[in-house]
Amino acid sequence: MRTDDLIDALASDAVEVRPPPPRRLALVAGLGALAALVLVLTWLHTRPDLMPAMRGGMFWMKAAYTGALGVAGYLAIERLARPGGSGRRGWILGGVVLGLFALVGVIQAMMSPDIQMALRMLRGHSWTRCSPNILALSLPMLALGLWVVRGMAPTRPTLAGFATGLFSGGVAATVYGLHCPEHTFTFVALWYSLGVLLAAALGALIGRWALRW
Amino acid sequence: MTDTETRLKALMLRGMDGDAAAYRECLAVLGVRLRAYFARRMSGAPGDVEDLVQETLLAVHLKRSTWDSAQSFTAWAHAVARYKLIDHWRRRKIRQTLPIEDHIEFLAADEPDPGVGIELDRALASLPEKQRILVSDVKLTGLSLAEAGARAGISEGAAKVALHRALKALAERMRRADG
Repeated sequence: MRTDDLIDALASDAVEVRPPPPRRLALVAGLGALAALVLVLTWLHTRPDLMPAMRGGMFWMKAAYTGALGVAGYLAIERLARPGGSGRRGWILGGVVLGLFALVGVIQAMMSPDIQMALRMLRGHSWTRCSPNILALSLPMLALGLWVVRGMAPTRPTLAGFATGLFSGGVAATVYGLHCPEHTFTFVALWYSLGVLLAAALGALIGRWALRW
Repeated sequence: MTDTETRLKALMLRGMDGDAAAYRECLAVLGVRLRAYFARRMSGAPGDVEDLVQETLLAVHLKRSTWDSAQSFTAWAHAVARYKLIDHWRRRKIRQTLPIEDHIEFLAADEPDPGVGIELDRALASLPEKQRILVSDVKLTGLSLAEAGARAGISEGAAKVALHRALKALAERMRRADG
């Protein structure tokens, strides 16, 4: 078949342009958050003191932090899903937010009266479960996100996978706040961040081969 | 060079609104640029050049919703071409690196004659008969989609859906061809 004939066939299919990336990614976030919420309600259950906790500042501080990581992932993938796109804006936001939270976490740990107290803060009540739980909650959105991004046109598959994972991990960790009663910066800065980064790393690992087109 | 960008972008925008003639012209200009781009980087494999031109045109078509019209169209198309070239080398296990290059250079190369592609015909042969007839019969100047559909024994609406599916299947098969 001559290239000219192919072009004729392509031009005959000219009308249909599918919805642009932002709308599809917003749908991914919505469905991903819903899946994580169902998992929290049926598997992990909400923290018993949810109502009073929601009146305090730390509940929202945690949500703002992980939400910002999710937004960073969104900003990165919204660009990286397009040929030649760069995730720079997302990486900068993610790096700044992570750095700030880590700094506050370290300061809080250093301000504790003794090392035992600092260690208790670091471990909280759930340090062994926190990161794996966040990773688990992020899996439905990660799978859906990778599938949708694959339908777009990422030219850097590993980075695009990482961004999709960051996006999913941020949303999942925000929903996880409904279950997790931990309330120190030190704990959140370490274990929440680790959970989100695990999701991002898994995204990069899968994206490397799954996001080719 | 920037004239080409202005022209291509205007044609592409009209194409995305459903103007088939403008879209056809856009792809034709792009095809010439792609051929020049690949030919300069793949000396010694002239048959592969046309395969890659065709695979890239298919990708441009199927992925065009990822072009942000606030950005340069040539830069976007260049990124698609570059990706397809690197992917081709990766699949063929050829160790090659592409220098970071500007998309302006993408516009500047000379224009070799079209060669003959093989992979597209091979992919086309593996499609169901009705889809195959559609893809090879439909012409903007000759057979319309309705006429091509009639020859394949389906309505215009069905032909539209079948053509789009066929193009997607072709892209997928060409990508796997030398995997």
